[in-house]
Amino acid sequence: MSDRDYHPDLPVREHSAPPPPIRRIVVDRHPHVAEPASAGNGTGVAIPGRPATPSLARSAARPPAANVVERMRVESVWLAYGDNWVVRDVSLPVRQGEVLALIGASGSGKTTLLRSLNRLTEITTGAARAGRITLDGADIHEFEVTELRRKVSMVFQQPNPFPMSIFDNVGYALAERPQGRRRRRRSAAIEQAVVDALRRAGLYDEVAENLERSALRLSGGQQQRLCIARALAAEPEVLLLDEPCSALDPISTATIEELIVALRESVAVVIVTHNLQQALRVADHVAFMHLGELVEYGPAEQVFEHPVEQRTRDYVSGAFG
Amino acid sequence: MASTQLLDAPPPGTIARPKRETTAAWPLVDRLCHAVCWITGIGLCLVAAWIVLYMLVKGISALNLKLFVESPAPSLRERQSGGFLDPLIGTFIITAIGVGIAAPVGVGIATWLTEYARPRWLARTVESGIETLAGVPSIVLALFGLLIFARGFFSFLSASTNGGSVSGKSFLAAGLLMAVLALPLIVGTVREALLQLPSRTREASFALGKTRATTIRHVLLPSIRPGIAGGVVLGMGRIIGDTAIIVVMLGAAPKLQGAGGPPLLSTLRGTGSTLTSYVYGFSPAGEGNSPHKAYAAAFVLLMIVLALNALVTRLSRGLSLGSVDWTAKQ
Repeated sequence: MSDRDYHPDLPVREHSAPPPPIRRIVVDRHPHVAEPASAGNGTGVAIPGRPATPSLARSAARPPAANVVERMRVESVWLAYGDNWVVRDVSLPVRQGEVLALIGASGSGKTTLLRSLNRLTEITTGAARAGRITLDGADIHEFEVTELRRKVSMVFQQPNPFPMSIFDNVGYALAERPQGRRRRRRSAAIEQAVVDALRRAGLYDEVAENLERSALRLSGGQQQRLCIARALAAEPEVLLLDEPCSALDPISTATIEELIVALRESVAVVIVTHNLQQALRVADHVAFMHLGELVEYGPAEQVFEHPVEQRTRDYVSGAFG
Repeated sequence: MASTQLLDAPPPGTIARPKRETTAAWPLVDRLCHAVCWITGIGLCLVAAWIVLYMLVKGISALNLKLFVESPAPSLRERQSGGFLDPLIGTFIITAIGVGIAAPVGVGIATWLTEYARPRWLARTVESGIETLAGVPSIVLALFGLLIFARGFFSFLSASTNGGSVSGKSFLAAGLLMAVLALPLIVGTVREALLQLPSRTREASFALGKTRATTIRHVLLPSIRPGIAGGVVLGMGRIIGDTAIIVVMLGAAPKLQGAGGPPLLSTLRGTGSTLTSYVYGFSPAGEGNSPHKAYAAAFVLLMIVLALNALVTRLSRGLSLGSVDWTAKQ
């Protein structure tokens, strides 16, 4: 920037030292994908040279999931709104037994990619796609869209409970054919399923005394856990989380993060997050996206501590974003 | 550093609370504008109170419970002119028919316009159609109705003479026109309420694998119940207050006159009056000579409309907060 850009009346600041150089993001074609030799490899294993700051430390006691099964596969997927391709040629596996975090700056396409996994991108007019996404080997477009979304459930950034009772919020997700609200015949099975879902979401003990209370009376953290319970009620295979903690306080965030780690045993979890520390805390694998491209994919420790790509290194060290 | 006890609040003596702003500190122009606003507001309240009180004072000599249970009897003497039971029933019938048709149709149109609106050209056409209806004066609507419902095709709606000519005047026909009158209000209110719902509510339901129809029926419409109720009450107020359609479509006779046939159907196909046409007919403006009863009826009419307005206000307040706990009411 030249001096002419400054207003002449403003005092010119004396530079005691030259400003730090702005690092340019290296643009290269192919993402670096580090596939672990075997599932669970690298999780919980101390890596030399890793900073011992407690804020960045994953819970060291966290054991790797018992068994890791691939649920979904994203193959050379391109996604666009109108003529704007916001996801470009991304390939990823989504596995049960581990948490996959999608990280990247705003506009990197991570939320779009997440929404494409249960075809929620389709409700936006002008959405286009290329490539293939499979669920248990079958293309997701072969499923009835409602069936797919029961298998690949989603929790959003803002807690969005329905203006119903706590019970009805979860029951709504469960009911194959929604019953009338008035004088709802509650079979023992549905009641049990609702309680189970609330338990899995770690909310049951807090709301057990009155499930008929309006869900809108819950706190933000409780509402978000209710949304997770609702998403879990239909027994999905994959749980998508779009920045689930960004509207919550640190205590609620910690509760939900513990919950996410606990859930990976039974469902494949994909989480989009802006919060790098959160990705490090909960994720087993991390995919770093930048301007629609997948830059690097690998075990969380590797992406954070020993990134292969310069762009990943810059992002996780805070050079941009 | 010595460890200090962390307080829940600052020490009592140190708390400062900002004083409420006073108008004395404002510039003169602002103070003048403020005063003008005050005066207009107070003036409006005075006019409203004046109307209600005037009707009460004028009608109070005639206002008693007997009015509500006696049928009107055309008479030159006010003492013998009976009560306004028939107009009350007429108002009830007309409102029930009008709202009964306009509410489901209006909610349906509003839902379609907000949630589907495909194809685009049809949605735009429907929108301008609704706007046109909203702008049609009710007397024009009444004349249109009189011409349309007197056709042989609509003979089932009203009484016909032996010669086969259809009168076209009946509660059913008037109720249909009232539905048209109330429809734009209901559509507008329900649409507004649906548009206010955040898109994340819809997404949440879609993400659970629910169809659009299920989402509308079980999430969206229950969420906007105060909005629907508000629209319906607005429509009711419009119907109850309308005079032109009643005078044209039901005629001047204050008594219910059945069209023959099964009891209820006979009344619906027959003619009668409502509170508005009663007020018109019995006041000095009409041919009646019972002005005090007209004032009494006007007061009752005002009370009904005011009560409905209060209901709308309460319901819409609940809506704007967006956190109506409607489950608690069941």
